[in-house]
Amino acid sequence: MKRRTLLATGAGAAFAAAAGLPARAQDDGPLKIGFIYVGPIGDGGWTYQHDQGRLAVEERFGDAVETVYQESVPEGADAERAITQMVLGGADLIFTTSFGFGESTNAVAGQFPDVKFEHATGYLRTHPNVSTYDARFYEGRAVLGTMAGRLTTSNKIGYIASFPIPEVIQGINASFLHARRVNPDVEMVVIWAYTWFDPAKEADAAKAMIEQGVDVILQHTDSTAPQAAAAEAGGIYTFGQASDMASFKPAPRVASIIDNWAPYYIERVQAVMDGTWEQQAHWGGMAQGEVEIGEITDAVPAEIKTEAEQLIADITSGEYHPFTGPLNRQDGSVFLEEGEVATDEQLSTMDFYLEGMLGDIPS
Amino acid sequence: MDLSNISITLLLASLMVASTPILLAAIGELVVERSGVLNLGVEGMMITGAVVGFIAGYHAASPLAGFVAAAAGGAALALLFGVLTQVLLSNQVATGLALTIFGAGLASLLGSGYVGIRAPVLPRLDIPLLSDLPFFGPVLFRHDIVVYLALALALGVWWMLRHSRAGLILRAVGESHDAAHALGYRVVRIRLLAILFGGACAGMGGAYFSLVRVPQWTDGVTAGTGWIALAIVVFASWRPGRLVAGAYLFGGIGVLQLNLQAARVPVPVEVLSMSPYLATIAALVILSRGKATAAPAALGQPFHASR
Repeated sequence: MKRRTLLATGAGAAFAAAAGLPARAQDDGPLKIGFIYVGPIGDGGWTYQHDQGRLAVEERFGDAVETVYQESVPEGADAERAITQMVLGGADLIFTTSFGFGESTNAVAGQFPDVKFEHATGYLRTHPNVSTYDARFYEGRAVLGTMAGRLTTSNKIGYIASFPIPEVIQGINASFLHARRVNPDVEMVVIWAYTWFDPAKEADAAKAMIEQGVDVILQHTDSTAPQAAAAEAGGIYTFGQASDMASFKPAPRVASIIDNWAPYYIERVQAVMDGTWEQQAHWGGMAQGEVEIGEITDAVPAEIKTEAEQLIADITSGEYHPFTGPLNRQDGSVFLEEGEVATDEQLSTMDFYLEGMLGDIPS
Repeated sequence: MDLSNISITLLLASLMVASTPILLAAIGELVVERSGVLNLGVEGMMITGAVVGFIAGYHAASPLAGFVAAAAGGAALALLFGVLTQVLLSNQVATGLALTIFGAGLASLLGSGYVGIRAPVLPRLDIPLLSDLPFFGPVLFRHDIVVYLALALALGVWWMLRHSRAGLILRAVGESHDAAHALGYRVVRIRLLAILFGGACAGMGGAYFSLVRVPQWTDGVTAGTGWIALAIVVFASWRPGRLVAGAYLFGGIGVLQLNLQAARVPVPVEVLSMSPYLATIAALVILSRGKATAAPAALGQPFHASR
């Protein structure tokens, strides 16, 4: 390809994307569905999975729907502009797919009561046309934590955390709790990256952990960079985050926690079409197929794999809840009594470490 | 808190690696700005270099070929900027910002088929004898060739600006393009060459992400490093020596703060996270204290021979 054609292709694609947004949907035309992404689709993780959900909607409904999306929208004031632009472009239903879009989503929703909004991983529903949805990632983390506790030989497990919000804290607590359950000597090293997506920083965080003796790394950030850092160091186990990250099979990536948004997106689009859409706070998990564990590779000993699969089965059937008492908070106070199960309210406001964790959560 | 887990040797060694892309991009931009041109498109040239370098490196199975292609890719994008601002006299700030946006989109388009592929490994260049020295060996002499290339470039730029005729001419063009023009120097040609050099450096800096530091292609892999490089050029008051100090300080504290977090040092994480920015600004401001502003006098001004 000549450079000139190359540039022309790039410019053409950019122009088409820009021109696609303001096209107004006709009343009798397809249902227009918008997606606001926090990262690029090519992140191979979080945003990639949301886009898979979008593609599933397109495949299911065909010409009855039209989807638009905007990538790498910063969390904060600019998100409001991006969402408004999408509404003015004629979107009837908009999914905003990151925690930090909560206030912007509600601000725009107040101005456009006829448009339906779905905000991922949030809790703010100040207007009747805003729903929130989330997945019970802690169920998957419990499985990964169990495997991590078994696999570590240095008894140091690393967790690359993004922001100190309940979803991430649930993930840290669930992995730590289940690692400790199978290996009482385990300790967890947490690094707060303060980003969802910054490959170089994530790689540096993984390297810092490895240099300090961590040999199993869980990540709550979206790029595959920690996997690459682990592959380079050798002898380190990692887990795919949000998407399968299959290119690092069979090691260092020995399993993964996968977000599958397709069932929920299809359900909600159908609801808008049927006129049955109502505000809700949806929280699906393994039972609904929203949280999946990717292939556990042969780098994991068979008995550990069996143990993990048993845990998956127990959580999926509802027989076991990862946060079941007795559990204490880090400061020793009682969180759950013997046999008590954490309520959704307790989980969605979780802002403390469990007993045995070292270090503090940034306030 | 367990500081004994932090190995100073490993920390300093990873500092060298973490700082290299910033240093490469910044030294290129320094030359561009010393010639009187403000190119805010560093981030766009870096990300283009990252993807072009990755694609070439992958197909040629040679990281070095990747770096050569990345330099060419960055320079090609810079040439676009050069033609627009130097020949067609467009506004440099607006064109530079547009270049960043364009570069990000172009890189995303080119790289769409390369997500999740592993890069060929750039071998470490263990310098004989020196790499066996205790402490200094691992810190200084066991890196890949690009780490040394970045330092050599910085040294070369310093020497050129300070001691060579070419450097004098470049500075003259940056201080007063009218005077340089009156003396018979071809202002536009000199600036175009500087812009190309800046683009090539930024491209290599970007490729250092996709080929060495991360090492793979994902969208947004440079994550704003181009902006840091731009800031470091200004805070280093356009001096290569200070620029090296600034780049190493920024990269070093960025790595150090992650290590401190992992060692559970009882300092709020928020403070640790902002420490690279604070420390770099503080250090460079103190270094530049009490001296007249060193900005090239013609920085950002359009030049046309008719005036």
